[in-house]
Amino acid sequence: MDSLQQRSSTVQEPPGATPGYRPTPPPAWKPRTDPAPLLPDAEPFRVLGTDAVAAADPELLRRLYAELVRGRRYNAQATALTKQGRLAVYPSTTGQEACEVAAALALEDRDWLFPSYRDTLAAVVRGLDPVQALTLLRGDWHTGYDPREHRIAPLSTPLATQLPHAVGLAHAARLKGDDVVALAMVGDGGTSEGDFHEALNFAAVWQAPVVFLVQNNGFAISVPLAKQTAAPSLAHKAVGYGMPGRLVDGNDAVAVHQVLTEAVARARRGGGPTLIEAITYRIEAHTNADDATRYRGDSEVEAWRAHDPILLLERELTERGMLDEDGKRAAAEAAETMAAALRERMNAEPVLDPMDLFAHVYAEQTTQLREQAAQLRAELDAESEA
Amino acid sequence: MTTQVAAKPAKPAKPATMAQALQRAMRDAMAEDPTVHVMGEDVGTLGGVFRVTDGLAKEFGEDRCTDTPLAEAGILGTAVGMAMYGLRPVVEMQFDAFAYPAFEQLISHVSRMRNRTRGAMPMPMVIRVPYGGGIGGVEHHSDSSEAYYMATPGLHVVTPATVEDAYGLLRAAIASDDPVVFLEPKRLYWSKSDWSPEAPTQVEPIGKAVVRRRGTSATLITYGPSVPVCLEAAEAAQAEGWDLEVIDLRSLVPFDDETVSASVRRTGRAVVVHESTGFGGPGGEIAARVTERCFHHLEAPVLRVAGFDIPYPPPMLERHHLPGVDRVLDAVARLQWEVGS
Ligand SMILES: Cc1ncc(C[n+]2csc(CCOP(=O)(O)OP(=O)(O)O)c2C)c(N)n1
Repeated sequence: MDSLQQRSSTVQEPPGATPGYRPTPPPAWKPRTDPAPLLPDAEPFRVLGTDAVAAADPELLRRLYAELVRGRRYNAQATALTKQGRLAVYPSTTGQEACEVAAALALEDRDWLFPSYRDTLAAVVRGLDPVQALTLLRGDWHTGYDPREHRIAPLSTPLATQLPHAVGLAHAARLKGDDVVALAMVGDGGTSEGDFHEALNFAAVWQAPVVFLVQNNGFAISVPLAKQTAAPSLAHKAVGYGMPGRLVDGNDAVAVHQVLTEAVARARRGGGPTLIEAITYRIEAHTNADDATRYRGDSEVEAWRAHDPILLLERELTERGMLDEDGKRAAAEAAETMAAALRERMNAEPVLDPMDLFAHVYAEQTTQLREQAAQLRAELDAESEA
Repeated sequence: MTTQVAAKPAKPAKPATMAQALQRAMRDAMAEDPTVHVMGEDVGTLGGVFRVTDGLAKEFGEDRCTDTPLAEAGILGTAVGMAMYGLRPVVEMQFDAFAYPAFEQLISHVSRMRNRTRGAMPMPMVIRVPYGGGIGGVEHHSDSSEAYYMATPGLHVVTPATVEDAYGLLRAAIASDDPVVFLEPKRLYWSKSDWSPEAPTQVEPIGKAVVRRRGTSATLITYGPSVPVCLEAAEAAQAEGWDLEVIDLRSLVPFDDETVSASVRRTGRAVVVHESTGFGGPGGEIAARVTERCFHHLEAPVLRVAGFDIPYPPPMLERHHLPGVDRVLDAVARLQWEVGS
């Protein structure tokens, strides 16, 4: 603190300056935009527990609740599938469901979603077949769906690399005169990558209709946020690029939905990009392959369990008489039906054709690939004869 | 390169893994030389996703074994600055395909700093990259990127295939005054040997291949994850009357022409085996060198067994892509070269 104060005073009065002397600024300098409106609020935006809930659409509230419950069940089912060896790996979003759900529900059909490898749930809430969404993680193909058909880019494993794609797509849509918005999702760790910075800069310079959603879940594998950034918040990073930063309680589904919907609307009407930081927590380990006890304690996890997104919304809706036991049961049953169907379909061995290895490398197969395909064909034939 | 030995025995010997040998190499280097710094994503508290840096942060402190922000270009770029100021960074790239954001630093600066500064500013650093497939990893977790590194002058490219070499070569890499891309075959991380972390272990000079199996009828030239495959193929070929020699290159740059050529001159036949793609892959360079040096001794063209020329496939299909024993044996059979065949 001390050194900070010292530093700010040196800026105002250079050491050795003549008393009373005021250096003139460079002739052409003035701020390009007023930074104040771009700055995030000091506290994460919240709706639950405030009177603002009364103004929310009751249909939306019930939809959010049902999707959260279904999303939680989806996470549990996918995690179980890793234990049965049906999925190679699953990065769970248990505890982060509000962000996933709100992300998908804030978009119109014509909009695009650019998910990271963790965001299968957002894709499913957007309407993607859960089995197709899990193809990458099951290991039968890299992307199990046609991105154009669903307007969901492939789940990106290299971190932050999907962000410039979102900017480019949104920019292209605008050039074509389409009112399409791209929503790009990234983790707190991913904000350290060069691609994150370049994407934000392009988006702001081009005033592209993009919304960046950072799910700050506390860790990048084992590395806590404090070792990732020294910024006051990740939302503050927006200001340096010239776009507004918003801070939201990522476990308050209503708040996340509201902030995202506003940012999407703003982008759609030509208002440019927004960076949103949702404060949330990764309840499970990084993936099933990770040992979280090496880098965090139980008490921290427990504190976040008390701030669970489903718990928060359920309590609020119950108190307001908008959700009763029947409503809860209906949501749970719908989730169970989804899980049972997913389990059953994932238990079926995927049918794979090894010749697919060569099918989609180029629009037209090269001579070399034709030769290699013939080699594999012969091997497979010999294998099936033996 | 002087030969060094590991610290004296402390505990009784027990089988060790390649991951442990690598950890031990860093530990010994850090203990001996205070300028050695380990850095990367998750290398500290977690000990790396493969636990290769396990315990280093605890033993040497977070300034010597540092969890960096998640930014590969930043990691390698800051390592350049650290090396400029006299440190010896040992950088971990978490997985092969996640090293790509750092290629700008690697190619534009790390590899050519010595050259650009007429020798005034060497870049003694190690870039550790877990590489290759066969572990069921999802997309972007199984690339064999050695050809990119080999094509960049100024870098050494090294890859161990045994627990002992993992120790010996990493010690040599850290001691090297030039940047070394140290490729760690992930599927051998848990391979065991009788190597004891406490026993004295030879530091292997970078650039020397080793004959893993003596033979007379053909030479298999290979490295890293394909070494065990070739040894198995050599055993299997014996039944068919082939007595195969297996060479583990250990270092792709510099390349040990001497050991390889001497072997091929004796056997008259050679197959290069690796899992990275064949087209534009390391095998092409190796086959050309062998042909140039051994033309009059060759009884057949130098053949290559490689991964297909495709982006690394999803895990459920990787077994069709990775060159296994059968493909090596098929190639050996084709060495019965006759004119016109
Ligand atoms: C470019 C790149 N570097 C490293 C990795 C390996 N990796 C996968 S996930 C992960 C941590 C991601 O943390 P964060 O961005 O906070 O997202 P979260 O997993 O918490 O959702 C790392 C280091 C990667 N996928 N891509």
